[in-house]
Amino acid sequence: MKFQKERNNKSNIEEGIVKKVLFVMALTAITSLGLIAFFIFNEGMPFMIDYGIADFIFGTEWDPSNQVYGIFPMIVGSVIATLLAILIGAPIGIAVAVYLVEIAPPKVARIIRPAITLMEGIPSVIIGLFGMVVMLDVIRRLARGPLSEYLPAGYQTGYSVLAGAIILAIMILPTIISISADSIRAVPNEYKEAALALGSSKWQTIYKVVVPAAKSGVLAAVILGVGRAIGETMAIIMVVGNTVQIPEAGWEGIFAPVRTLTGNIALEMGYAGPEHRQALFATGIILFIFIIIINSITLVLRKKED
Amino acid sequence: MFKVKPNHMIKVKRNQIFAFTLLSLAAALTVLTLFAIVFYIMLNGFSVISMDFLFDEPRSMGTEGGVLPAILGTIYLVVLVMIIATPIGVGTAVYLNEYMPEGRFKKILRFATELLAGVPSIVFGMFGFIFFVIVLRDYTGGWSILSGALTGVIMILPVIIRASEEALRSVPDPLKEGSLALGTTRWYTIKKIVLPLALPGITTSLILSIGRVIGETAAFLLTLGGSLLFAQSIFDGGRTLALHLYLVAMETGDLQMAMGSGAVLIILILIINFAAAGLFKLLVRRFSV
Repeated sequence: MKFQKERNNKSNIEEGIVKKVLFVMALTAITSLGLIAFFIFNEGMPFMIDYGIADFIFGTEWDPSNQVYGIFPMIVGSVIATLLAILIGAPIGIAVAVYLVEIAPPKVARIIRPAITLMEGIPSVIIGLFGMVVMLDVIRRLARGPLSEYLPAGYQTGYSVLAGAIILAIMILPTIISISADSIRAVPNEYKEAALALGSSKWQTIYKVVVPAAKSGVLAAVILGVGRAIGETMAIIMVVGNTVQIPEAGWEGIFAPVRTLTGNIALEMGYAGPEHRQALFATGIILFIFIIIINSITLVLRKKED
Repeated sequence: MFKVKPNHMIKVKRNQIFAFTLLSLAAALTVLTLFAIVFYIMLNGFSVISMDFLFDEPRSMGTEGGVLPAILGTIYLVVLVMIIATPIGVGTAVYLNEYMPEGRFKKILRFATELLAGVPSIVFGMFGFIFFVIVLRDYTGGWSILSGALTGVIMILPVIIRASEEALRSVPDPLKEGSLALGTTRWYTIKKIVLPLALPGITTSLILSIGRVIGETAAFLLTLGGSLLFAQSIFDGGRTLALHLYLVAMETGDLQMAMGSGAVLIILILIINFAAAGLFKLLVRRFSV
């Protein structure tokens, strides 16, 4: 009995210590996460208010050496690159997810699934480098060859929002595929069986029953893709040319070199003086707000699905 | 009764064949793109890789010589990040899952980690830059491996916490209850029952986090400093392979040398992917009920 009591005491003390240590760890994790938002807003917000929020967001000129800070061209660059990337990536991604879950023979699925995991792990600089070496060359040939009479000289370098969008599409594919596939897989079998029993073909079942039932999950996947695309930095810097300009309206615009919000931060932070740096943090705030909105939509959509 | 028009059936069949062909083409395109990227970079990269490339220091900003400092920088960074992030991340997950009562506060914490898992790495880089490089420069050495590592820790914490929580949640409740019913303390149950069963999931998430640190560039561009010299301590600047690749490609335009670093990087990532999958299987076999 005595022995038992001592042991209990000892393990109670141990229990108490462990609980406190774990609590401190949880606290460290959470505070460090909270610090991020604080520091970025703290560094960028006063500048943005001083400069004028509207002037900062809608100003079309970015010239830090003359204290002119307008990020509208970067917002346009990020938005166009992201939209184009979704236009390319979402249909392909959803198609692959449907194929993977509903159609692929098990042997093929066993090749595709690890390939997509691997794709997710490929560093962005690798995809960017591939873009620099291969894709810029293809686009340059296109722009200088058959399209040369339609495009201004500045649009013929290959560096373009189009190149950026293709790179982004490749990078968001794994996200879109794996999350859409999860929600397609979650569609109850009864739905499919009912549709098939009514005499629909397999494709009609997929098209009219399975995909609509997985709608909110698929939508969440696409929006998550938007979030990843708008936040992507390295790969896109390597192929978009980083010129601060708003592309011409019309199809020629996709051959225009642009700069994105993320690119602006990454390219200039290293050598920025104090005010310039604050302007870059203000750029970060705009990016942060975009991301928080997009992520919140995704989280709400995914909760709805559960 | 009712008749199905034969034409209609043919049309349905034709539509299905057409649709399935398109879907499988999309899948083929995706897999081919992956292989194209991996093989293109590897084949081109191998033409510059040699013993000298792996074990020499870079000259002329990386257009000549090797990548040894970048390889060492990657290793220092990964080791430092994992030493700090593993206990905090796994500890937090254990606390959230095993100790903390359900409630609004916990929901907020989960929501925050989910949100942060989607924050782009450049934002973590900005934070690391202003906090570790500027504010704490007397303690971190400014642009340094330590600043980069601390930034990396914050970046992968949400990933580790989420994955570990998932692994912990997959441990069946009856096992825990059985252990507690035998009169063990909570910590004893966690130590002997919960953690061993969750180990495969936790280990995989840790290995994948290593992969993320190796491949990450944006956050380290703003915190590591990009020095080409051998780091003498964690307070010196440095660069990782991924950062080296970026700086060589963008600042010197020597894409051939960049692809050399790229090939080494891809091999590292492949090893990590296979290690994660292999270790998972091994640990499941070893610790399964």
